[in-house]
Amino acid sequence: MLRRRAGLRLWLSALWLAALVLAALLAPWISPRDPLTQDLFLARLPPFWVAGTEPGYLLGTDSLGRDVLSRILHGARVALLVALVAGGITCLIGATFGLLAGFLRGWVDMVISRLIDIWMAFPPVLFSILLIAVLGPSLTSIIIAIVVIDWTRFARVVRAEAMAQGAMDYVASARVAGRGRIGTMLREILPNVLPTVVVLLTLEMGIAVIVEAILSFVNLSISTDDPTWGGMISEGRTSIYQAWWVLVFPLIALFLTVLAFSQLGEGLKDRFDPVLR
Amino acid sequence: MSFLAIRNLSVRLKNGPALLRRVSLDVAPGEVRGLVGESGAGKSMIGKAVLGILPPSVQITEGEILLDGTDLLSLPAKESRRRIGASCALIPQDPLTALNPSHRIGPQITDRLVDILGWTRAAADARARDLLTEVQIADPARVLRSYPHELSGGMRQRILIASAFAAEPKLIVADEPTTALDVTVQKQILRLIAGMQARHGTALLFVTHDLGVVSKVCQQLSVLYSGLVVEDSTVADFFASPRHPYSAALLAATPKYTDPDAGLHPVPDAVIDAVRAEVAAFDRTLAKGVKTHG
Repeated sequence: MLRRRAGLRLWLSALWLAALVLAALLAPWISPRDPLTQDLFLARLPPFWVAGTEPGYLLGTDSLGRDVLSRILHGARVALLVALVAGGITCLIGATFGLLAGFLRGWVDMVISRLIDIWMAFPPVLFSILLIAVLGPSLTSIIIAIVVIDWTRFARVVRAEAMAQGAMDYVASARVAGRGRIGTMLREILPNVLPTVVVLLTLEMGIAVIVEAILSFVNLSISTDDPTWGGMISEGRTSIYQAWWVLVFPLIALFLTVLAFSQLGEGLKDRFDPVLR
Repeated sequence: MSFLAIRNLSVRLKNGPALLRRVSLDVAPGEVRGLVGESGAGKSMIGKAVLGILPPSVQITEGEILLDGTDLLSLPAKESRRRIGASCALIPQDPLTALNPSHRIGPQITDRLVDILGWTRAAADARARDLLTEVQIADPARVLRSYPHELSGGMRQRILIASAFAAEPKLIVADEPTTALDVTVQKQILRLIAGMQARHGTALLFVTHDLGVVSKVCQQLSVLYSGLVVEDSTVADFFASPRHPYSAALLAATPKYTDPDAGLHPVPDAVIDAVRAEVAAFDRTLAKGVKTHG
């Protein structure tokens, strides 16, 4: 029973993310309209089920007459790109530092742990706004900002996990047999922290999508013309009483995506972890 | 000529109390030496020092660990690792944490033979099968493909014993190998270790707190209290007439299964006080010695 529910969770989230990847890849071809074309005569059209709306605009239009569905489909490109690239790089850097600190201990741990402490003393939102102000708003600066802020999350968790694994007898046996420190770390420790890393990675992808949305919301993301979910939410906010759909549909897309990432992580952990399997 | 000779080995916590106080002992080829003492007496510490796996929080302050005549502590770290890997192995205490949960049993036995000792894959695989048969595992092929969590504690301890003997080491350190197992399994495992040791002619350093185990497996015995060796004798002599009052009390404290009505005889306070005083006196002479040298 439990088994089946865990499987269902994994499949549902994988399904949503797969659909999103397809939408992002095929956005120019499957979008019903051009996401940038404005038509003030067709501004604030309600979604298809409301009587008297113009056909062909499934999820309505925003205050400039742009098609909401097309903009969500194009916004998925930015969201997924940020999730994959920023999440991946953050994971790689953070997990490497964490593994080195947790297994090698000694001065390596001292240096990395102090670095983490100092890093985490910066307020993250101000830090990212500052970074983007310096680098200039672009997709690359968003990714850099996410990596720079969030690597500590991986480093701390992986460090603790590597420490716990390092105290196990199988690590002592490997050392007695003559395996070097790096060899022991990669062969004995890494496979056992991997399930944790996978869960963190998927959580981080969700967080990256949210951070991108937040930065778009405060107009620090890519140019406001290009459709992003955060930008759409920000624009929709101003006309929420006249056209709620401009705000709500990108919000649903964002919510489902973040939820799918976290559930995918939990589901994968159950598959990945040899002890739980 | 003993294969392992420890001379005046002292270990302490960094900026803390002494854990081993000038420990000396010998293990001849093919001989089994028991290390006995209560928790915290430092018996496991000796095994860890020999194998070079002391935790980073402790340091060796003096002494020599002679493996086949060469002092490991005077060698560069890499060379001492190589020598330990080539001639020593460990049977750890807790079979539940001593196998890597992420790897199948087969590679855990064979990979070190292939990667570190340069065996061919086929030779290592054949060796692993033979060893599992030797430790009386009924279906070696299936067990080699299993993950550790699929096997029972006794089964895992058998695998660890097989793995320890895999490269025909000259010396094995068994760190309380039966403590985590229940009594019926304990007996089988002990018989197994004793049998393997005798057949392979391996020297064995057997860490335990159980004198009953010592009488079955060991020929030589060191009794430790607070890192000090209080008695070093043959097992036959020890059980006939222990020389030190502490080890005599320890022997008297062992419950007799033949006489369940006899009750428990804890080590008397007077004996504990005496042995503590002995340790304190030892530390004082040591401190004085350091002063006159300085």
